[in-house]
Amino acid sequence: MTDPGSVGGGGPALESFASAEVADLATTQSDERQRKPRSLWGDAWHQLRRKPMFAISAVIILVVVLMAAFPSLFTARPADYNNLDFASQPPSASAWFGYSFQGYDIWARAVHGARATLLVGFFATLLTVLIGSVMGIIAGFYGRLTDAFISRFGDVFAGLPFVLGAIVILTTFNPPGSEPSGTAVLIQVILSISVLSWPVSMRIMRSATIVAKQLDYVKAARALGASTRRIIFRHMLPNTVAPVLVYATIALGAFIAVEATLAYLGIGVRPPVVSWGVMINDGKDYVQTSPHELLFPAGLVTITVLAFVMLGDAVRDALDPKSR
Amino acid sequence: MGSKAVALTAAPLTIALVLTGCGGGGGGAPAGNATADATISIYGTNPPGNMLPANATDAGSAKMQEGLYSQLVGYGADDGRPFDQVAESITSADKKVYNVKLRKGWKFHDGTEVKAKNFVDAWNWGAYGPNAQLSATWFKQIDGFDDVYTKDPDGASGPQKPPTPASKTMKGLKVIGDHEFEITLKAPFSVFTTVIGYTPFAPLPDKFFADPEAFAKNPIGNGPLKFVSFTPNVEIRMTRNDEFPLDQKKVKFRNLVIKIYSQQEAAYKDLLSGQLDFIETLPPSAKAGGKYKTELGDRLLTAKLLSISTLTVPSYLPEYGSLDLRKAIALAVNRDQITKTVLADTYVPADGWVNDNIEGYEKGVCGEFCEYDPAKAKEYYARSGHSGKITIQSNSDGGRKEPLEAACNSIKNAIGVECTFVGATNFGEFRNIIDGSKLTGLGRSDWGADYAEIENFLNPLHRTGGSSNDSKTSNPQLDALLAQADATADRAEAIRLYQQAHRLLPTYFPSIPLWMERGVGARSDNLATATMSFKRRLEYASVTVKGNG
Amino acid sequence: MGRYLLRRLLQFVPVFLGTTFIVYTLVWAVPGDPFAGKCGERQCPDTFVSLMTERYGLNDPLVVQYFTYLGKVLTGNLGETFSGVSISEQLLNSAPITVRLAIVALLIQIVIGVVAGVVTGIRGRGYLDNLVLVSTLFLISLPTFVTGSVLQILLGVEWGIIDPTVSAQATWGELIVPGFVLGSISMAYVTRLTRTSITENKHADYVRTAIAKGQPGRRVVFVHLLRNSAIPVVTFLGTDLGSLMGGAIVTEGVFNINGIGGLIFRNIAEKEGVMVTTIVTLLVLVYLLMSLIVDLLYAVLDPRIRYD
Repeated sequence: MTDPGSVGGGGPALESFASAEVADLATTQSDERQRKPRSLWGDAWHQLRRKPMFAISAVIILVVVLMAAFPSLFTARPADYNNLDFASQPPSASAWFGYSFQGYDIWARAVHGARATLLVGFFATLLTVLIGSVMGIIAGFYGRLTDAFISRFGDVFAGLPFVLGAIVILTTFNPPGSEPSGTAVLIQVILSISVLSWPVSMRIMRSATIVAKQLDYVKAARALGASTRRIIFRHMLPNTVAPVLVYATIALGAFIAVEATLAYLGIGVRPPVVSWGVMINDGKDYVQTSPHELLFPAGLVTITVLAFVMLGDAVRDALDPKSR
Repeated sequence: MGSKAVALTAAPLTIALVLTGCGGGGGGAPAGNATADATISIYGTNPPGNMLPANATDAGSAKMQEGLYSQLVGYGADDGRPFDQVAESITSADKKVYNVKLRKGWKFHDGTEVKAKNFVDAWNWGAYGPNAQLSATWFKQIDGFDDVYTKDPDGASGPQKPPTPASKTMKGLKVIGDHEFEITLKAPFSVFTTVIGYTPFAPLPDKFFADPEAFAKNPIGNGPLKFVSFTPNVEIRMTRNDEFPLDQKKVKFRNLVIKIYSQQEAAYKDLLSGQLDFIETLPPSAKAGGKYKTELGDRLLTAKLLSISTLTVPSYLPEYGSLDLRKAIALAVNRDQITKTVLADTYVPADGWVNDNIEGYEKGVCGEFCEYDPAKAKEYYARSGHSGKITIQSNSDGGRKEPLEAACNSIKNAIGVECTFVGATNFGEFRNIIDGSKLTGLGRSDWGADYAEIENFLNPLHRTGGSSNDSKTSNPQLDALLAQADATADRAEAIRLYQQAHRLLPTYFPSIPLWMERGVGARSDNLATATMSFKRRLEYASVTVKGNG
Repeated sequence: MGRYLLRRLLQFVPVFLGTTFIVYTLVWAVPGDPFAGKCGERQCPDTFVSLMTERYGLNDPLVVQYFTYLGKVLTGNLGETFSGVSISEQLLNSAPITVRLAIVALLIQIVIGVVAGVVTGIRGRGYLDNLVLVSTLFLISLPTFVTGSVLQILLGVEWGIIDPTVSAQATWGELIVPGFVLGSISMAYVTRLTRTSITENKHADYVRTAIAKGQPGRRVVFVHLLRNSAIPVVTFLGTDLGSLMGGAIVTEGVFNINGIGGLIFRNIAEKEGVMVTTIVTLLVLVYLLMSLIVDLLYAVLDPRIRYD
């Protein structure tokens, strides 16, 4: 299938052009080597440290991670602290984010909810992108039958309604009535999300690979006799990672919302584990009468995702030699 | 029927008081042509069955059934008490053999007359096992039911089919003349005259028996409204039956559109903007913080629903076997506060296992145990010897989760025991858990009475093998009392016996009473009057449309 | 090219078979009995359950059921749901509405998302860039339900600009607001992908060359920059059309649209295997078609990519 014109040759015109490019590349490389023998990643780190955007986003992420790891640093109340006398009260000194209609302290709940949220968001994204990218690169790089197989496989998964897939996976692991542990459910939720979401990142990676494969420096590297592995990891990956990274950082936010849907269906994280998604879901009916129940958790998700997007941007800029 | 309505939406039922200034009194304003020709639209859900009377157990079809068919007796709009409808008289000396005489000249929508055989044939058809009607077991009181309906020898999931019944007709039904027939029951049943007002007891015209399948797609009834069309997932249309003989149930508008919604939220917003004329339930977001009260003003409708919400205590779970534990849980739920906050006054606390709008209700049968008392709850809990956690199970959709989560929190805060809400994805799955005796904790039960009799709160829910005895509890003493009450011909005496049975429940707590729903719904500004019945349905005859201007 | 197309179309066959089989199996792996919830708070009569099970052949081995289903599809007669309503009729009513809704959503994504992406990509970091980023991300973290009902309350109930719900005909005009709500989830992706792609390419040699040649800025943007930045965006949009169709459940519910999103959700709960399998298969076919179109577009957008 998608079989970009016989990669090896690439057409005579391109080939001659490529050889000129190779020479070019060789000089740049030797230049760099003289300046300082730094690896691609080392270089990137050097870049990153000087960016304010990186610093800000890193701090936000650090705070959220701290919440997830040590909730007791931020609140003395347990997640299920509850007093119906205070139902739906707006923010006050005793409860910074106010109380929910169930009488939960929203701040305490949000702090405790950070763990499940972050775990699901981060690992589901990581796994999705990992599966998707590997599949995408293989499909795009090898083309033909391999591509046909992977792509059609992806189409099937993409067509499966998320709700159906998730219900089947999660209820197969936890038949109704069973009481799985919190960790088990988290892992299952992460797996279900990844298994059902990888086709999008696969297709993005695949398209980026198809384009990159045509680029001169890849052809050049090939002409120089570089191994397939080297071509993929040293030359193609850094150049194809940008669109996937964009997808990944935003998908993080979307997955947090997905996790809420699962919780709503009764197959996601379940009490006593809380997550921001669960809180958003609980608050949604009250958006007109006590908006703080929805806005605080939704705001937390926005800020966290924003931090990851900014981090992603910074990392990408640092990795991409062209934008320096 | 147990009403899926109740299951899916939220609560139970009863009279509808209506508001609006428009004078109450008899016979509304003589409608001008503008209002008499009006079309009204009401909230509906997609009917899951084929809408034959003995197959329609859900709220979606019930709205159509109610207009399409008239049974022997009808139910009063405000108290649900039965009155003779198609029947001219129903008499019985011993409550075992009933003689029914029909009014003459009552016609089906196709012009044929409603005769005794239309009832007898329809009932026989509905009960006949191989016709697989959902409500088949409603006919089980009738003598000869076991000849037409056979049990599946290996249960529903087994590969074997139930044997073909020996007979197609029940020997307890005898046509005496065109307008007279006799019903013989297996045993005396004092409230049978109330039961036969229920949907499956509708008559069917001769045309039906020629081709039931085709009939189901284009049904013909004998009620105040005629069927026009049904577009799946979109709407059901009906129009007035001008020949309808009974003033009490005659409608005063021309066309009825039952608009099908997949979400109450959408319907509610249509109602607010005048695109929909009636909805019998309010979505959670409207209930939140009591918003509906200000939003609807005088458009708010209330009904005296006949409902009871309890927590089923499965008898097959030894860890919940202790009576002290059951009492502790009952004491630990702050019913007052939860009904006021989370349920936004749409429910009131229950003090027994019977709804307070029913004849024969007695105050405080549950006694001190249904009053919130954390200290006493702790005391009883300590005595129960229970350890570990308590769970409450329910489907989590349809607003079911919120009040039960609150109940759990209340138990947790009062006793200090861990309590979690365990959700199922949908009602079907939850029902599966209950039917298969697979509850692992307390289970939700929201019962809406099928007809206004105290009997309907006891027999199906608490008698051994009752159709909704979810706790699978068996109490011989209770069974004996109920059997005695069923067989008592004198109504007052029967009710006294049912009350006695009711008072047995607090001695073993097969379920824990929580609250009773006060039905709230709404009408649009286009309607001058509308009444919601004890079954949480629009009383079609009560609707008057405002004139222009 | 012709051979390539043929090959791709041939691939539809195994995918169709695979999908139908997987989905059919999955539907029956969902716990619950299709007939258990039909009797309200009561247990359904055994007889009813047995007979329905028999009538719909649900006791047959899964493989037999599957081939029966295939037979139905090939003869074009899908039969009836458990409630006796024609399946094809429901599909024919719902599918066009959802297709319209998805197209409206896609167009809105393209118009708003791509424009915002191009503008912020060319301008680079700054106030506008941040504003676009934060607002699109906020839309993502709000559940569709909230976006939908807020618009519905404001535009429908409060200001009376639109009807709160969409009529049974679901005209294009009525679908604009629901389309926006549906598209808002992916808007952030489209915007960011476009922006990133533009940023990447705006320093590329061919752009510099074009500028150096003295070409007008508009031509540089539209002919050179956009075309070369379009591949990831087109990929995403192509995949997204399918997700928009299948993922419209919430939006359809909020605006009471009779589309296949709601249909599939209800039918999963009711275990209507035939209905669910058919809808999912249709969705997968949409995916296949879209990925074919997207792959063909690659060659148009980037002449270096060729298919033999």
